[in-house]
Amino acid sequence: MARLTINGKTLEVNVNPSTPLLWAIREQVGLTGTKYGCGIAQCGACTVHLDGAAVRSCVMPVAAAEGKRITTIEGLASGGVLHKVQKAWLDKEVPQCGYCQSGMIMAVAALLKDTPKPSDAEIDARITNICRCGTFQQVREAIHAAAKA
Amino acid sequence: MITKTPNLNRRSFVIGSATVGAGLALGLKIPFGASVVRAQDGSPEVTAWVVIRPDDTVVIRIARSEMGQGTLTGLAQLVAEELECDWSKVKTEYPTPGQSVKRKRVWGDFSTGGSRGIRDSHQYVREGGATARIMLIQAAANTWNVPASECSAVNSVITHRPSGRKTTYGKVAEAAAKLTPPEKPALKDPTEWKLIGKSVKRLDTMDKLSGAQVYGTDLKLPGMLNATIKDCPVFGGKVKSYEAAKVTGMPGVRHVVKVGDSAVAVVADTWWQAKTALDALPIVWDEGPNATVSSATIAEMLKEGLSAEQAFVGNQNGDAKAAIASAAKKIEAVYAYPFQNHAPMEPMNATAKYTPDRCEVWGPTQNGEAAFAATMAASGLPADKCEVYKVHLGGGFGRRVAYQDYITQAVLIAKQIPGTPVKLLWTREEDMLHGRYHPVMQCKLVGALDGSNNLTGLHMRLSGQSILSAVRPEALQQGKDPLVFQGLNPGGDFAIGYSVPNLLIDHAMRNTHVPPGFWRGVNINQNAIFLECFMDEMAHAAGQDPLEFRRKLMSKHPKHLAVLNAVADRAGWGKPAPRGVYRGLAQMMSFASYVAACAEISVSSGDKVKIHRIVAATDPGYAVNPGQIERQVAGSFVYGLSALFMEECTVKDGHIEQTNFNVYDSMRIAQMPKVETIIMPSGGFWGGVGEPTICVAAPAVLNAFFAATGKRLRTVPLKNHGITLV
Ligand code: FES
Ligand code: FES
Repeated sequence: MARLTINGKTLEVNVNPSTPLLWAIREQVGLTGTKYGCGIAQCGACTVHLDGAAVRSCVMPVAAAEGKRITTIEGLASGGVLHKVQKAWLDKEVPQCGYCQSGMIMAVAALLKDTPKPSDAEIDARITNICRCGTFQQVREAIHAAAKA
Repeated sequence: MITKTPNLNRRSFVIGSATVGAGLALGLKIPFGASVVRAQDGSPEVTAWVVIRPDDTVVIRIARSEMGQGTLTGLAQLVAEELECDWSKVKTEYPTPGQSVKRKRVWGDFSTGGSRGIRDSHQYVREGGATARIMLIQAAANTWNVPASECSAVNSVITHRPSGRKTTYGKVAEAAAKLTPPEKPALKDPTEWKLIGKSVKRLDTMDKLSGAQVYGTDLKLPGMLNATIKDCPVFGGKVKSYEAAKVTGMPGVRHVVKVGDSAVAVVADTWWQAKTALDALPIVWDEGPNATVSSATIAEMLKEGLSAEQAFVGNQNGDAKAAIASAAKKIEAVYAYPFQNHAPMEPMNATAKYTPDRCEVWGPTQNGEAAFAATMAASGLPADKCEVYKVHLGGGFGRRVAYQDYITQAVLIAKQIPGTPVKLLWTREEDMLHGRYHPVMQCKLVGALDGSNNLTGLHMRLSGQSILSAVRPEALQQGKDPLVFQGLNPGGDFAIGYSVPNLLIDHAMRNTHVPPGFWRGVNINQNAIFLECFMDEMAHAAGQDPLEFRRKLMSKHPKHLAVLNAVADRAGWGKPAPRGVYRGLAQMMSFASYVAACAEISVSSGDKVKIHRIVAATDPGYAVNPGQIERQVAGSFVYGLSALFMEECTVKDGHIEQTNFNVYDSMRIAQMPKVETIIMPSGGFWGGVGEPTICVAAPAVLNAFFAATGKRLRTVPLKNHGITLV
């Protein structure tokens, strides 16, 4: 059993404490916006926020997330209003297949929280998600647009 | 658990008596009612493309698969252009392959590969829209008792011009559906297009921002179990034995099943439980004779092919060997291209439910009909007892088109647990070890220059794998694989852009046990490197500017030349580049589009490459959605440059060595060059978009690397030369 606070709700999940947070979120909590891409912290598809910071949930045991505020892509918009990163993503039409984009958006939202106006070099250093469709040109444009919003 | 069966409840299929009030499939000639089915030849019922609901919602059927390339939006634009409907009310849905079979393939081909989504179906989907518009106008004219010629439609509103009376599509759709469709509706002239050619927004963005988009990996059905699988790491090997008892007591584990004769799957309550148990399951493989194969033995075999007597001729004019024998100057080089995995972000997966009466499959496939055939074969059930429901793909790139292996596996597992839906999801490791790889190829090129440094002869000898031999041997032409010559053909969709007085391009087919697949761009990737880098080599040997050297050979290839000139002009070829920046060029014809690139790079410490900018040009004939074309161009460069710099699948003891992104890397945003795309549709033909441009990125960068360093890099990936992309 683990007690998780996800997107503002606290719930008990029946899971072995060593289970990666990613799979507890997807399988026990039933929120599937957070994706599995590699399972070894390489691709970022599984990025969620833990107390506001971006983490790769595929390598984090669920036990390590207890007592922390977890935010997933489903919890990013508030009260039906898109987060500014989502808004910029919509305006710039960033997603292609979209599979990496939950993780990409979560990584960017965390970046903008502590670096509201990131330089290109800061973006390069902080956003290391893989996108096999190759949306990076639009990702960069959308980050700058969100930073101005 | 939340049940997620995407779109099924929102489907507007109106097969059967549910027609009334549920919306209307215009001209749906299904096997009930009077006007019933069409001719035996299966000629398409064009109006099956359009459904109109009473609230004026227009549902456009899309037979091809959306995997990020934007075809869903582009195809909807084509239908809507002719339909004259309100674009803001357009929705889309996938028809199912089972319905298509019942209705004599009314939606045509489902296959989504070879950049064919639009270029192969533009005619009949536009006719589908036009037919519907004519019927809707006729229905309105009938209610007003006026000639249809006095009525016209714009934005889903029909107007009787003389009286000014108006009605909407939703109001007349029911009556329209009862009319006989016109035979061959006239299509608009391209000059009249309002929606085609516009960068309208994609129709599928919103759900991809909120986590709401349901991919195959996200499906949930009531009572569903989860599975993961290990296939024998050596292709062609088998399962010898496994000790199920060691894991059956582990948490959540329900079944340990053999899948075919080469794989074992664990089925559990959750996927993580299944994976944990499979990792702990002792399996003994019978690896078979392929276990002795390595990258080195494969390279040896290909090398032998470079000088073999026998080869299939793909393109020939004059006498290349004689021209080479009498050359004033002879230039020679050998290039090589490795196995590469598609590695779409979403690993292979499929969900299947089997009972002796029905087999249903949900999953991401680039070819719904092939998935349907795989479902029938694996379940052993006839077509009327099978169905496949497609979901958007988390990337495809060709992995999910010619092979439906993951669908077959899901059905074979579900068949052993009748009545229970099972979702099979591969680990990334399984995905890397069981790809359908970009084929390996080597190429020896010999060029001949005369005393005035004119190119007089060229021999290109390819040696390596044939994809068709593996996936469609019946399509070989007396043993020859014509796809091997993409970009090198005398004409057609993949025509070479140079006139060489004496030319010979031939292929020594050398197949391996590693299964080859169509990989975004397919054979044009290596052919563009071979041809376009060697053109550069010959230009330098001739002491000529690479652009001028090419231009002299291109006077009979004006469309190839136009895109090349466009990138050269925009990039400022011939003018000084910024300090430390060097340029390289490439052009090809690829999937019926003409494409070119000019790369600008700098090299530091001899091994760190920074790509500053790539100017790309494409002439796809017609550009349906320029905004999406730009995104495909930039995206194709990410895929192609990741392949150039980082990606190789090596073979050891018969199996692939790379198991995840830590050893099979992919470009990140820091490495992304600025891509400037010139879209120059010249009209009169329909070229592809998703794949064509990928092939020019690598040779343009390699040629720029030579300009910067004086070094030729002739094997991929560049990491093997100690080179990194920064
Ligand atoms: S799935 Fe976690 S980083 Fe790839
Ligand atoms: S949008 Fe497809 S992997 Fe990023």
